[in-house]
Amino acid sequence: MAYVFDFTWLAEYWPLLVKGVRITLQLILIGGVLGVALGIACAWVRALGPKALRVPVAIYVELIRNTPFMIQLFFIFFGLPALGLQMGEMTAAYIAMVVNLGAYGCEIIRAGIAATPRGQFEAGASLAMTPFETFRHVVLVPSLQRIWPALSSQIVIVMLGSAVTSQIAVEDLTFAANFIQSRNFRAFETYLVSTALYLLLAIGLRQAMGLIGAAIFPKRSAR
Amino acid sequence: MIEFSTWDILRNLIFAARWTVLLSLVSFAGGGVVGLMILFARISKSKALRRFAIGYIELFQGTPLLMQLFLAFFGLGLLGVDVPAWLAAGSALILWSAAFLAEIWRGCVEAVAKGQWEASASLGMGRLQQLRYVILPQALRVAVPPTVGFSVQVIKGTALTSIIGFTELSKAGTIVTNATFQPFTVYGLVALIYFALCWPLSRYAHSLERKLHVAHRGH
Repeated sequence: MAYVFDFTWLAEYWPLLVKGVRITLQLILIGGVLGVALGIACAWVRALGPKALRVPVAIYVELIRNTPFMIQLFFIFFGLPALGLQMGEMTAAYIAMVVNLGAYGCEIIRAGIAATPRGQFEAGASLAMTPFETFRHVVLVPSLQRIWPALSSQIVIVMLGSAVTSQIAVEDLTFAANFIQSRNFRAFETYLVSTALYLLLAIGLRQAMGLIGAAIFPKRSAR
Repeated sequence: MIEFSTWDILRNLIFAARWTVLLSLVSFAGGGVVGLMILFARISKSKALRRFAIGYIELFQGTPLLMQLFLAFFGLGLLGVDVPAWLAAGSALILWSAAFLAEIWRGCVEAVAKGQWEASASLGMGRLQQLRYVILPQALRVAVPPTVGFSVQVIKGTALTSIIGFTELSKAGTIVTNATFQPFTVYGLVALIYFALCWPLSRYAHSLERKLHVAHRGH
């Protein structure tokens, strides 16, 4: 039996796919920016921050890194309302992505901070900067530059992971694919198209991260 | 209405967790075998094979695992057979793990100094002999920590198979929630079971990595 591929449904349903791509982009834009910010804050705590905060942050990072994103999402969306914390599906998706990226970002950025030569901290201190000023003006940007490729990959991974948010009815690209295949009964073709769109999104996101990196980091001088 | 104690919930979840463990083991082992083949293609002398491996890795690392599971589920169905969820879940996870393992191992092979290739070639070894006797034993030492680390990703990846209907820990969590109406407790416990499975592996990978760094210090 030869299976005949049929993509004629695209003519009718492509606006839904476009909308799905838009929501997925929206998720990773907001989740990515806030997640990296949380990652920087946690990395600062773990590397240089007050000792009392280090243990709670370490526990947070280990808990998130050792449980599936989907369970984190379900816990936030289905579990937290039991404590009186009701929220919409988009809010839950944002929180889950920020919390998830924050933990992975923390570990990645911390590695960047750890690779900072001691002299940088001493130089900052000798200019009468407080430890926080030294971190903010001297240490942070070169640290981010060191780990930018790893951070970019992690953001792509979080974007691909956001496919799961369709399970709590966030109308992202996966949700669109699920909806379309329930109408056109062409599941394989529908998922083939949406997978290709995800691949393009991943490639585009990696390019964008490279451009952002080139824009915010000074060119490395030849040593 | 039936009352469920926390112990009832936990017992059922742990009972389902064996499927998570089994699927993880199968995916990791199968992914290792396929990954080794992709690795050989990736470092082969033939340009076509290398291209294929690069494309394979890009494809599986650049698309959501969830989409791969859907494609395996409905794609295998196109062959005209009734696809059980475990078959689609297992095959998708094996192919997905293979891509990541091949990429991890490629880094380890490239970490072996170039002189080792040249030295073994100058002893008249063929490509396979070089890999078998000189390169892979050295790459293996570097490969163990990140490979153990990746096993954590495999365990977490199996959670997605619940969406295509494979009844493992996450699916059991949803089923138990629907029966007990206690999502906070149930998903909290599900997360803790995953943590109990993953955290020891993470720690082990971390300690292996530190040992390796100690061994390399002073070189």
